[in-house]
Amino acid sequence: MLFCTIGILFLQPRMVIFPHKTNLFVNMAFLRNTLKIFLTGIIVFLSFCFSNSASAQDGKALFSANCASCHAIDKKLTGPALMGVEDRWPNKANLHAWIRNNQAFLKTGDKYANDLYNEYNKTAMNLFPNLTDAEIDAILKYIKDWKPAAAAVQPGANGATADDKDSSLLFGILTLVLAVVAFTLMQVNSNLKKLSDDKEGVPAPEPVPFWKNKAYIAFVTVILFLVGGYYTTKGAIGLGRNKNYQPEQPIYYSHKVHAGINQINCQYCHIGVYQGKQATIPSVNVCMNCHMAINEYKGEKIYTEEGNEVNGTAEIQKLYKKAHYTPGQPWDATQAEPIEWVRIHNLPDHVYFNHAQHVNAGKVQCQTCHGEITKMDEVKQFTDLSMGWCINCHRETKVQFKENGFYSIYEKYHEDLKNGKIDSTKGITVEKIGGTECQKCHY
Amino acid sequence: MSDKKYWQSFGELNNSEAYQQSVKDEFKEELPFENEGLLSASTPRRDFLKYLGFSTAAATIAASCEVPVKKAIPFANKPEDIVPGISNYYATTYVNGGEAVSVVAKVRDGRPIKIEGNDLSNITGGGTSARVQASVLDLYDTARLRFPTIGVGEDAKEVTFEAFDKEIAVALGSNPVTILTSSIVSPSTKEIINQFIAKHPGSKHVVYDAVSYSGILLANEATYGKKAIPSYKFDNAKVIVSLGADFLGTWISPIEFSKQYAKGKKINEKNPSMSKHIHFESVASLTGSNADERFLHKPSETGSVAVALLNAINGQAVSIADAKLKAGIEKAAKALTSAKGEALVVSGSNDVNIQIVVNAINEALQSNGKTIDWSATYTYQGVDADFAKLVEEMNAGNVPALFVYGTNPAYSWFAADKFIAGLKKVKVAVSFNGKNDETTQLCKYVIPSHHYLESWGDAEIKTGHYSFLQPTIAPLFKTRQWQDSLLLWNGSTTDYVTYLKTYWSAKVGGENGWDKVLQEGIIAPASTNTVSANFSSSAVANAVSAATSGKKAGKYELVLYQKVTVGATDGASNPWLQELPDPVTKATWDNYLIVSPALAKTLLNIDLTNNGQADAYEVQPPKKVVKVTVNGKTISLPALIIPGTQADTVGIALGYGRSEKIGKAAAGTGQNAFVFTSLNGNTVNYSVADVQLELTNETYKVALTQTHNGYDTAQGNRTEVMKELTLAHFKEDPKEILEDREKELAPFGGLAKFEKDGTIYPVFDRPGIKWGMSVDLNTCTGCSACVVACHAENNVPVVGKPEVLRFHDMHWLRIDRYYSGDMDNPNVVFQPLMCQHCDNAPCENVCPVAATNHSSEGLNQMTYNRCIGTRYCANNCPYKVRRFNWADYTGADSFPDNQKDVLNDVVLMMNDDLTRMVLNPDVTVRSRGVIEKCSFCVQRLQEGKLKAKKESRPLETGNEGKWDLKTACQQACPTNAIVFGNANDSHSAISITRQENKLRSFYSLEQLHVLPNVTYLAKVRNIEEEHAGAEKKEEKEHA
Repeated sequence: MLFCTIGILFLQPRMVIFPHKTNLFVNMAFLRNTLKIFLTGIIVFLSFCFSNSASAQDGKALFSANCASCHAIDKKLTGPALMGVEDRWPNKANLHAWIRNNQAFLKTGDKYANDLYNEYNKTAMNLFPNLTDAEIDAILKYIKDWKPAAAAVQPGANGATADDKDSSLLFGILTLVLAVVAFTLMQVNSNLKKLSDDKEGVPAPEPVPFWKNKAYIAFVTVILFLVGGYYTTKGAIGLGRNKNYQPEQPIYYSHKVHAGINQINCQYCHIGVYQGKQATIPSVNVCMNCHMAINEYKGEKIYTEEGNEVNGTAEIQKLYKKAHYTPGQPWDATQAEPIEWVRIHNLPDHVYFNHAQHVNAGKVQCQTCHGEITKMDEVKQFTDLSMGWCINCHRETKVQFKENGFYSIYEKYHEDLKNGKIDSTKGITVEKIGGTECQKCHY
Repeated sequence: MSDKKYWQSFGELNNSEAYQQSVKDEFKEELPFENEGLLSASTPRRDFLKYLGFSTAAATIAASCEVPVKKAIPFANKPEDIVPGISNYYATTYVNGGEAVSVVAKVRDGRPIKIEGNDLSNITGGGTSARVQASVLDLYDTARLRFPTIGVGEDAKEVTFEAFDKEIAVALGSNPVTILTSSIVSPSTKEIINQFIAKHPGSKHVVYDAVSYSGILLANEATYGKKAIPSYKFDNAKVIVSLGADFLGTWISPIEFSKQYAKGKKINEKNPSMSKHIHFESVASLTGSNADERFLHKPSETGSVAVALLNAINGQAVSIADAKLKAGIEKAAKALTSAKGEALVVSGSNDVNIQIVVNAINEALQSNGKTIDWSATYTYQGVDADFAKLVEEMNAGNVPALFVYGTNPAYSWFAADKFIAGLKKVKVAVSFNGKNDETTQLCKYVIPSHHYLESWGDAEIKTGHYSFLQPTIAPLFKTRQWQDSLLLWNGSTTDYVTYLKTYWSAKVGGENGWDKVLQEGIIAPASTNTVSANFSSSAVANAVSAATSGKKAGKYELVLYQKVTVGATDGASNPWLQELPDPVTKATWDNYLIVSPALAKTLLNIDLTNNGQADAYEVQPPKKVVKVTVNGKTISLPALIIPGTQADTVGIALGYGRSEKIGKAAAGTGQNAFVFTSLNGNTVNYSVADVQLELTNETYKVALTQTHNGYDTAQGNRTEVMKELTLAHFKEDPKEILEDREKELAPFGGLAKFEKDGTIYPVFDRPGIKWGMSVDLNTCTGCSACVVACHAENNVPVVGKPEVLRFHDMHWLRIDRYYSGDMDNPNVVFQPLMCQHCDNAPCENVCPVAATNHSSEGLNQMTYNRCIGTRYCANNCPYKVRRFNWADYTGADSFPDNQKDVLNDVVLMMNDDLTRMVLNPDVTVRSRGVIEKCSFCVQRLQEGKLKAKKESRPLETGNEGKWDLKTACQQACPTNAIVFGNANDSHSAISITRQENKLRSFYSLEQLHVLPNVTYLAKVRNIEEEHAGAEKKEEKEHA
C-alpha cells in the first residue's frame, strides 16, 4: 500500500495511463482485489493531497499576488490597512463588487466607497474582474485569520515566536508526563500480573528488565525513526532555501528611501528587467547620476535590522569612495570600482528564470516575488524561491491572454472562452499554456 | 524500392553474428555485475551499509553548513550597448588563409560564443561550414601564444612590445625583407605590404598556401590570360561533372557551392527536375558520395580521363581500357553535350595541364560566361613555384629577413627539411602566427597576431564582394595584429584601425557609410551579371599530350586529400573538429589509410564477404597497420576499408601528425602526410603514382562511430529508416512513397487515422504551438556544419578518443551514412538524425522518475536535474539519439576527482577556465550520470517566443521569410536542408515545406507509432535511364 502510494507520487504526470491498464486487466478476477486496494490507495492518496492544499494557502498566495503591492493588513500603504475590512463594509456583496471593479462601484454612488476614495486622494485601485467569489472569500478569510508576525515588523521584539515555542514546550511536557504515566502503569500492570501469577502458582518466566524488553525497544525505535525521518525530510526539503535571507551589504542602501519615499521607478536602476534574463544591479555610474548632486541624507532616521541608527551621509561617502569621486570636483567615471554587493536571490544553475518574461510579457508586479520592496530598508528574500512556489504561481496566474497578440495563435482557447467551455473568470492560466512543463524552466 | 538493402556497416550487409549481437544491446559494454554472490562480492552488504551511513552523515553535515555568500558585482561603468544576459551580434569575417566567410558572432556578456552565417552575404547566404562553426573555439585555445618572445626554443624570452619593436628595428637595419604569407584576402593589408616593400628596397611578398590552387591559376593564365580563379555557377548548371573536385567539402568555396548545388537539387513535386551530377574520383569523398553517378579511376589516369572527356565531347572515340570508366566518360560526355551552356566541368587536380584540358572542355560546352563567371574572381594567389624559388634563395643565404604570417611551410611544404635548413640561414625570422607551430618554433622573433574574432580588417572574398572584420572581444592575451606591427615598423604613426577606416571611409561615404558596412559586414557589387573571358586554345594541344603521356604508375597509388572536418591547416587542434566524425569514413580523432574492399582482401587479408573476417575487422577498434613508403619516406597508418574507393588506390588525409604545441587536441593524432607531396613543375602534386604498401603485425585503435547506433529488432530495422528513389521513378510513379506508407499503416487505420487508431493512448491537444522539423535528404550533403553548430549551441561535451572508442560519443545530432548496392562502388545517402521528438515517445513511458516527458508544444523534454541515470530511455529509443554522461566530461560535478584517470587531456582542456568561456550560458552544463539529447534548441524557442510576446504579436517561423527563431542546425546549414518551425501555423515555413513535398515526405520508423515530429524528404537520384520496371532494376543501378 505504502509502495503503491509512493509509486503514484512519482508517476503523477502519467496518471492518465492507468484507466487503460485497468480496462485491460478488469477481466482477470484474481487481480481484482489487488486493483481495488490499489485504486483505493490512489483515492486515499489523492484526497490526502487535496486536503493538504486547502484554501487558506490560496488566500495567502492570492493576497500576495494581487493585493500586497498596495495593501498591508495592519497598516496603510497606498491603500488602507485591510485588517477588519469585512467589519467596516456594510455588506459583503458591496465589498465583492468593490474589489472586482471599484470604478464601476464608485459610480453607484455608494457613500462609504466614495468617502474611502476621497480619503486616499482619489488613487484608483486596480481592477480584478477575474477574481471569483471563492477566491475573494479566501483572501478575506486570510485577512481575518491573519495574526501579526511581530518579528518581521519590529526588529528586536520576538514575543510572538516565544508564544509558539511555549505551546510546543507545553505539549512536549504533557507528552512526556503522559509517557511516564503510561510507562509506570504498564510496569504496575506487569508487576501485578506477576504477583497474581505467583499467587496462583503459575510458573513465570524470568523477569526481563524493561530496557531489555523487545517490545519496548521496538516501540522506541519506531518512534525515533518516525520523528527522525520527519525532521530529516523537512531539513532536506529546506536545503538551499533561504527565505528571509537578509545579508549585510557593503553600503547600507535603503530601497525604502529610494523606491518607497522618493518613488524612483524600479526600472531606472534595474534596466534589464524589461529586456532580458537579469534585472541587473545598477553600475556605479547609474548611482552617480543622482548622487553627484545628492551628497547628504536628510530624510527621516533609518535603522539597521539590529536597531542601530544609520548615518545616511556616511553611506553616500562609501559610494564616493568606490566611485573615486571627490565632491565639488569633476568625476572621472573610468576610475570607478565596482561595488561587491552580496547576492540575495540565488536560483540553482539548472533553473532558467527570465525577468522580461514575467515583468514585460506577463505584467507581474515586482512585489509579487520580491515583497514590499518599497518598505524594506535592507532587502531580504521575501519568498523561499522553491519550485513549489513557482509552480503554484504558474497554476494561479493568468496570462495576458487577450491583451498580448502572441496568444492569438491559441485559437481553440479563444473559441472556448467565447462559448463558455473555459470558465472566463478562471481565464487562461500559465499552466494552461504549458507553464508547468519541465522545459519551460529547465534546459 | 522497399526491398533495397541499406547498410551502415559490413556486418549489417552480411547480417553477421557479431552484428546481430551488437544490435540487441543498446550499451555495448558488459555491466559490472558481480556474480559470486552478494556477500563474497568485492562490495558486499557491509560496505554498502558503511557507504550509506557515511553519505547520510556527510549530507547531514553539509546541510548544517552556512549558506555560502555569493557576490553580485555589477559593472563600474556599464557600456551602453551591453545588457547582462542579452546577446549582441556583430558582423565579422572568418578568415583562414585564402578562405573568407562572412559571419555574425553572437557575443554574450562580452564573450563570443557562437558563429552564425551572415544572411546578407550573397555568396554564402547565411550558410556556414563545420570549420567556420568551430572557429570560435580556437579563440579560447589554451595553446595560443600569449605574448611576444625573442629567442628560439628554450631561449625564448617574453618581451614587451616596445622592447620587441626596438630590437626588430636594430635587427632589420636596411636589409630587404621577404614577407611570406598565405593568400591575402584583405585589400588594405595588401596595400600595407606594398608600402612596406616600397620603403624597404629589395623586399618582396611571397604567397604560399598549404593546399594550393596553383594548377588552376596557371592554367587560367595560359588559356584566359588571367592568373585567377573565376566564380563557378553550379546553380546555372543542369549537368555537373567533377573530376575529383570536392566542391561540396573542401574545394575553393564549398559553402557557396553547396548552396548553388542545392538549388539544382531542390525538387518541385509538380514538375520534378533536378541537376545531374557525375563524379570521377579515386578515393571516396563527400562530393563523390553525393553524386548521382560515380566512376572510379586511378589518380594517374586523371589526365587521360580529362582528355577522353574532351575527346568524347568533340565527338571522338574514347580510348580508356576500363569498360566501366569508358562507359562513364561516354555517358558524361553525352549528358554534357546535351546541356551546352548549362553544363559545368570542374577538376580538383593541381596539375596545370589537366586544368587546361578542363578549361578546353568548358569552352567546348560554352560554359564560359554562363556557368563560369569571370566578373568576380577568388583571391587565392599562391603559386607553388614562387615558394620553391624562395626556399632555394633562403638556402643560398640570400634572404636576410623573413616575416611569416598565416602559413606554416615547416609542416606543409613537401621538402620541409629544406625549408627548415633555409630558415636557419635567415638572420631575422619573424613569425606573426598565433600558435607555436612548426615554423614559429624556428623563428627567433615571435609576435603573435590576434585571432580573427579579436581583429579589425577587411576581406575581398571575390572581386567586388567585400566583407569586414571587427573585434568581438578585447584581445585575451598580449597579442598585436600583424598589420599594426608592419605599419609601426614602416615608420607609420597610425594604427591599423585608423588606417582601415581611412582606407574605407572615402570609398563607402564617410563615417556613416563606414558604420553601415561594419554593421552589415559586407559590400556586394551592384551587378551580378555573369561575364565571360577570352579563351585562347594555343596551350591546349600541348596540355593534352602532357596530360596523357609519361605517367609511370606503380601497383598502388596514393591520393592525399583534405578532410571536411579537420582540413589541412590548424583544424587538428580544434577538439570539436577532431571529434566530428568524417562524414564519409565516420572516423574521429585520426587520419588513416583508406583502402578499397578489393585491396583489403589482398593487402590486409580481410574478405568482407566472409562473416568472421568482416566482423573481426569491424567490431574491434584495433585496425591493422600498413607501412606506406614513397621515395624512401615511410609512415605507418591503420587501414580503414571504405567502399567507393578505387581498387588499387589508397588515400590519406592531410593536416594530422601535429605536436601538442599547437593544441592538446592535435597531439598524437595521425601522421603528417604532407611528406608524400611532391613538386611537379610549378605545382605541388597531391597524388602519388607509385607507393609501396606493406602490412605490419601492429594494430592501432581507430575511433569509428558508424556502428555505434545499430538497431534491428522485431519492431523495425535500418531498412525502414531510409527512403530513396530515382528521378525517373519519381516521375513515373510519384505517389509511391505515399502509397507505401498508406499500405503499411492500413491495418492501423491508414495514414489519416493512424495517430488515433494506432494506439490505446488518447490523442492530446496541441493548442498554440507544435514544433516540427523537416530534413530534405536530397539537399543534405553531409557536410556536418550542423553537428558542430549543435556542439557550440548546446554545450555538448567533447569526450576524447578513448571515450569514443567506448561508444561514449555525445553528439546530439549525428549524420548517418547509408550505403546501398555494390560494395565496390555503392550509393551513399546521408541522414542527419537527432531526437525525433516523438509525440508517442517510447523513452517517456519507461522513465521511472518522469525526467523525460512531453510538452504541450510537442517537445520531448529532458530534465537533467530530475534524471537519475537509469538509461531505460536510451535503451527504448528506436533512433538511438539519447546520450549518457558516462563521466564528468564538463567538470560540472563538485568533486574534481571524478575526472581523474578517466578522461584525457583534451577533455580536461575543454574544462579549462579559458575554454569554458565558449559555453552558452542559457544551456545547463550536464553533470555525470544523466542522459541528454537534442532539445530542438529549446533555449532558442523560448527566446523567440519571448521576443514575439514582448512585441505582442504572433510567433513567426518563416512566415514570409520572417524568423523569430531558428534551431542551431537549421541556421548553420548551407543548403537550407533543415526547416523548423510552428507546424500549427499554416503559413510557417515548415507547414509550407510539408505541404509542398507531400509525395517525398516520410517519417523514420513510422510504423512504430512513435509519431515523430521530424519529417524527412526522400533522396532522389537523377538517373534517367532506369525508368521502366524500376523495381527489378534496382540492383543493376550501380553498375
